[in-house]
Amino acid sequence: MIGAAVALVVARPGEFLEALLTHVELSAAALAIAIALAVPAGIWLSRRAGATLLAVNGANVAKTVPSLAVLALMLPILGTGFLPAMVALILLALPPILINTITAIVRVDDEVVGAARAMGMTRRQTVRRIELPLAVPVVFAGIRTAAVEVVASATLASFIGGGGLGDFITAGIALSDMPELLVGALPVALLTVATELGFATLQRGLTPRGLRAGA
Amino acid sequence: MGWLAENWDLLLRAAWQHVVLVALSLAVALALALAAGIAVRNRPALSALVSAVSGVLYTIPSLALFAILVPIVGLGAVTAVIGLTIYAFLILTRNVGVGFREVPETVIDAARGMGMGPRRILWTIELPLALPVIVSGLRIASSTTISAATIAAYINAGGLGTIILTGIAQSFIVKIALGALVAALLAISTDLGLARLESRLRLRLAGA
Repeated sequence: MIGAAVALVVARPGEFLEALLTHVELSAAALAIAIALAVPAGIWLSRRAGATLLAVNGANVAKTVPSLAVLALMLPILGTGFLPAMVALILLALPPILINTITAIVRVDDEVVGAARAMGMTRRQTVRRIELPLAVPVVFAGIRTAAVEVVASATLASFIGGGGLGDFITAGIALSDMPELLVGALPVALLTVATELGFATLQRGLTPRGLRAGA
Repeated sequence: MGWLAENWDLLLRAAWQHVVLVALSLAVALALALAAGIAVRNRPALSALVSAVSGVLYTIPSLALFAILVPIVGLGAVTAVIGLTIYAFLILTRNVGVGFREVPETVIDAARGMGMGPRRILWTIELPLALPVIVSGLRIASSTTISAATIAAYINAGGLGTIILTGIAQSFIVKIALGALVAALLAISTDLGLARLESRLRLRLAGA
């Protein structure tokens, strides 16, 4: 059956590549916008003690809304297509990035900062050489969670006409066409796994050597 | 809200199907993960490898996982339970592994020195000490499966997803929102219950 799926891709390479490209574009655009919104928002919120707790709890509650529902809710409001799917994916990506940005900033140890100041570092040096390197890996861990979530949920964009590899899965199920089903399912599985591994490698690269596991 | 007044039994039935799908999957996954975790607990390298592989496989989207299962098992609730069980297992196996790995070697040595056999050490020392971490895995597994179970409706397994999917088909926001709301409430209440259990277990360990 996998052979039949491969044959399908070979027979219609344009259609497959277009779906793959839409899937990647949809995910990348949503992730980029979510980062641009959630990182500054997280920094801003982390400076306000009351807002911090409220934001983290709110984001945790928001995470419990099933991704299918978030996509479905766009339909009556924004209609079908690429844009509503992208907006839904942005909403799904916001909570993990927001939570990790806030945690990253709040958790930078006051003692470490105090020690840096005591060693004679200026305020600017402390931010650049201590606070940022310690916070960046934590923020990036949130981005990694969001990236995987977005690439995975982009499969559901097909339900609201957003395109992507999910189109092959919905068509395959509607027509009971198993090879077609696999043309969507297997590449999507590989894509999310590649996203997870790629972002994990990046995250390791961004972590100061002294903080790496096993260092 | 007129729809709700006339169709509350439909929503209730979907919610019940949802609970059954999730509970069944979680129960089977927990049993499998505990068995696997106990089997590899004395091999830290293997246990770490199992955790790492599970973490990667867990990223596969639920719709894709269900789709891969359909040619093998067909459409329906059985396929959904298998898929949800795989998800829950991948999460639980990681936490079971961490839970066992975090039991201090010195405590086990002390128990051995007191003349306890491996079976008694497992039941009276290792499992109780690992339990809070396992319950925290159960929290992640339950919220993940509750969300993934909405997609199970697409492969004819029933549950709250049927309400959401028919809402999409009719472009009817009330149905979509109600399906989402009930699923979210289910996830939040399960998480709160398990969080309470987890903190109670931690307190008991700290006080003992």
